[in-house]
Amino acid sequence: MEVRPILSTLRRHKTAAALMVLEIAVTCAILCNAVFLIADRIERVTFPSGVAEHELVQIQLGNIASRDDEKARIARDLELLRRVPGVKSVALINQVPFGNLSRGGGVNLTPDQPKSTLNAALWDIDERFFETTGVRLVAGRPFAADEYRDFNDVFATGEMPQVPVVIVTRRAAEKLFPGQDPLGKTVYIWTTPSRIVGVVDELARPNNLVRQPYSVLMPTRLTVGSGYFLLRTEAAQRDAVRIAAVDALMSADRERVVVRQGNLDDVRKTYFRQDAAMAWLLAAVCVALLVVTALGIVGLASFWVQQRTATIGIRRALGATRAQIVRYFQTENFLLTSAGIVLGIAGALAINLVVMAHYELPRLPWIYLPIGAVALWLLGQLAVLGPALRAAALPPAAVMRLR
Amino acid sequence: MMLGYELDLALRSFRRNKVLTLLMVLAIALGIGAAMTTLTVYTILAADPLPGRSDRLYIVHLDPYEAADYVPGEEPTDQLTRYDAEALLREKRADRQALMTGGFVAIQPEQSSLQPFRTEARFTSADFFAMFGTPFASGGGWSAADDEARARVAVISQALARKLFGAADAIGRVVRMGGADFRIVGVMAPWRPVPHFYDLYFGKYAEAENVFVPFSTSRDLKLERMGTLNCWGRQRSKDLTSLEASCVWMQYWVQLDSADKVAAYRRYLDDYSAQQKAAGRYERPPNTRLYDVMQYLRVQEVVPEDVRLQVWLAFGFLGVCLLNTVGLLLAKCLRRSPEIGVRRALGASRRRIFLQFLVEAGVIGLAGGALGLVVTLLGLWGVRHNGEAFASLASLDLAMLGTNFAIALAASLAAGLLPAWRACEVTPALQLKSQ
Repeated sequence: MEVRPILSTLRRHKTAAALMVLEIAVTCAILCNAVFLIADRIERVTFPSGVAEHELVQIQLGNIASRDDEKARIARDLELLRRVPGVKSVALINQVPFGNLSRGGGVNLTPDQPKSTLNAALWDIDERFFETTGVRLVAGRPFAADEYRDFNDVFATGEMPQVPVVIVTRRAAEKLFPGQDPLGKTVYIWTTPSRIVGVVDELARPNNLVRQPYSVLMPTRLTVGSGYFLLRTEAAQRDAVRIAAVDALMSADRERVVVRQGNLDDVRKTYFRQDAAMAWLLAAVCVALLVVTALGIVGLASFWVQQRTATIGIRRALGATRAQIVRYFQTENFLLTSAGIVLGIAGALAINLVVMAHYELPRLPWIYLPIGAVALWLLGQLAVLGPALRAAALPPAAVMRLR
Repeated sequence: MMLGYELDLALRSFRRNKVLTLLMVLAIALGIGAAMTTLTVYTILAADPLPGRSDRLYIVHLDPYEAADYVPGEEPTDQLTRYDAEALLREKRADRQALMTGGFVAIQPEQSSLQPFRTEARFTSADFFAMFGTPFASGGGWSAADDEARARVAVISQALARKLFGAADAIGRVVRMGGADFRIVGVMAPWRPVPHFYDLYFGKYAEAENVFVPFSTSRDLKLERMGTLNCWGRQRSKDLTSLEASCVWMQYWVQLDSADKVAAYRRYLDDYSAQQKAAGRYERPPNTRLYDVMQYLRVQEVVPEDVRLQVWLAFGFLGVCLLNTVGLLLAKCLRRSPEIGVRRALGASRRRIFLQFLVEAGVIGLAGGALGLVVTLLGLWGVRHNGEAFASLASLDLAMLGTNFAIALAASLAAGLLPAWRACEVTPALQLKSQ
C-alpha cells in the first residue's frame, strides 16, 4: 500500500488527525496502567490463605465483665464444641486469615537489631491447629506435645517472653534466610531466641498482606478469652454447625456475647471487597474508554469518507478496486493508531512513574504495553471497517455526477 | 445577548446528525458522571471533620521509643503511653485537653426482651465533649472531678438511649456495662465527624462511639480496649496497658486558642521530653509534634489511595471523552464549511459564526451534564452499596450539583473552542466558488 497519498491527505486535516492521535494516546496510556492495576488486584484477591477455607467456621466470644476462670472455661467450651454434630475438629487461635485484627511482632536475626528484618503475624496455636485448619507443613516437624504451653505462662509473667521453638511460613523463611535451610536457625522476637523447627506452606495473616505477608506460629495455647474458635466441618454443614455451636456455647454460660461468627469464605470476601470493587471499576473504565474511542474513530472516519466522496469516485473511475479503497482507510487508521500508540506508551510509562511515586505499586511490567497496543490496533481496525466499507460501496458514477 | 437564532441553528444541526449528537452527549455524560462520582466521594472523605473548630485542635506526638533505631527528624509515633497521657492531663497546660482510647463494652439491658450486646466505646476525660463540640440531646459530659473519682458515669448516643429506654429521658437512669452500673449523665445527639479523626486506629471512617465513659473508670473495670498497641524495649510488663508499660496506645488532643499558646505548648512538650530523658524514662532527644486536625489527616494519609486513584482515572477518562468531542465537533463543522460560507456571504460576522458553534457545543455540554447527573447518581448509588465504612456517606449535595453543571459546561465549551475558531476562519469566497 502506498503510504504517501495518505500522508498528504492527512496533512490537509492536521488538527483532526492530531486530535485522533491524542485521543488514542491518552486511551492507550490509561488502558495499559488500568489493566496492570486490575491484574494487581486480582493477584491480591486470590492471595492463598493456606487453610481449608471452605470447611471452616469461626466463632469469637466476648466477656460481659472481666473474669478469672478463663482457662477452665476455655477447656469446657472446646469440649462442648467437639461434641457438636458435624464438627470434625476444633482449635482455638488468636486470629484468622484476612480477619483484619492481628497480633504482630518484629522478627530479628540478632537480639539487639535496631530495625527488624520483617514484621510477622504471631499465631498462638494449640495442639489441634494443624488438624483443624489443614495448614500444610512442608519442612521440619510440628510442635511436640510437650512444647505447647499456656499463653499466660509465656506472655503474662512480667518477664520477656521465652518461646523456644517456632514454625514459620515459607515466605517468612525465604525473607529471613534467603537461599538457606531455615530449619534449626534462630530468630529473635522479644530479644529472646526461638529456634525454627518447621516451615508451613502458607498461612495468610489477618492484615498488612501486601507489605509484610509473613507469619510465625508459636506453641502457646490461649488461656485468655479473646480467641477465635475454629471448627472444621463439611462445607455444606457450615451454617448448621455454626448455629448449633453458638447455641451450645451460650447455653453453657450466658455471661458473654458473641462477637463474631461466620465462615472463612465470608471473611475473605469482606477483606477483599474493596479490591474486588476496584477491579470491577477499572474494568468498567477500560470498556468505557474503548467504546468512546471507537465511537470517536467511527465518527471521524465517517466524516472523512463523506468529505472525500469526490476523491474516492475519481479513484474508483480510474480503476481502483473496492478492496483498495477499504485498504486505504485501514492503512490510514493504522498509521494514526500507531502514532497514538507510540505516544500512549510513553504516556503509560510516565503515568506509572507518577503513580509509583505516590502509591504502593511496582513498575509497570513491559508485557502490558503490547497488550494496550494490540487492543488499540484491533479497536481502530474494527472501528474504521464500517466507514471504509461504506466508502468502497460508493458507485463511481453517482459520485462523479455530484461534481 | 440574542442567542435565539444560534440555538435554533444548533437544534437544526442536531436533527441532521441525530446519532452523532447523541454519541457526543453520551460521551460527555459518561465522562462527567465518572468524574463527579469520584470527586464527590473524594470531597466527602477529605472533608474537615469539625469545620470552624479543627484549626484550634491539636494532636500531641511524643517520642518515647528506644535510642537504638532513632533517625533524627523522623516522625514520632502518633500515640502516647498511658504514663505520658496521664501526666500531660494532670498538668493541664492547654486551654482544653483530653486523653482517650477506643474499646468495647458489653451492655446487659434491664428488660429481658433484649439480649446482652457489645458496642463501641470511648474511654476519655472530661474535656472531650466541650473540646470537640459534641451536640447533646439532653444532659452533658462529666466533670474532671468524676475523672479523678473514677466515677461510674456515662454519656451514650441517642440511638443507644432509644434502644435501651425507648422515648423516656435517659438522664439519671442506670445502665449495666462491663458488669458494673453506670449512671447516664448525657445523651449525645447524632454526631459523626468524618473522618473519625480523633482515633484513626479505631477505623478511619468509623462512626462515633455509642458509649463514652471516663478513662480512669475503664481501667478500674478492665474494660476491653481496641486499637493499635505498640511496645518496645527490654522490659516487659505483665499488663501491657498498665501505667509503667513501655507501650503506646492512647490518643491525646488539646485545644489551643492562639498562635502564642501553640508556640508555648510546643516548648512545653519539648521541655517535658527533656525532663523525661533526664529522668531516664526517655532515650531519645525531644522529638515532638503538634498537628492540627487537617495537618494530622494529611500526614496520616487518611483518604484511601484507591479513592485518589479513582479521581485521576475518572478525570483521565473525562479527558478522552472531551478529546473525542473536540474531534467530532471539528469534523462536523469543517463539513459545514459551505453553510458557513453562505452565512458569512449573507453578512454574518465572524463573531456570530464563532458564537453559533460555541452555542452548539454548550447545548451538548448542558445535555451531557444533565445526563451526567443521572450517571453520577447511579455511580453514588453503586458506592453506597459497596459495603465500605464510608459507603453510607456518599450522596450529592447542592454544591456538587452546581459543580457538576459547571464542569460539564466548561468542558464542552472548551471542547467547542477549537472547532468554533476553525469555523470562523472559513473564507466565504472559496466556499461559494466550490459550490
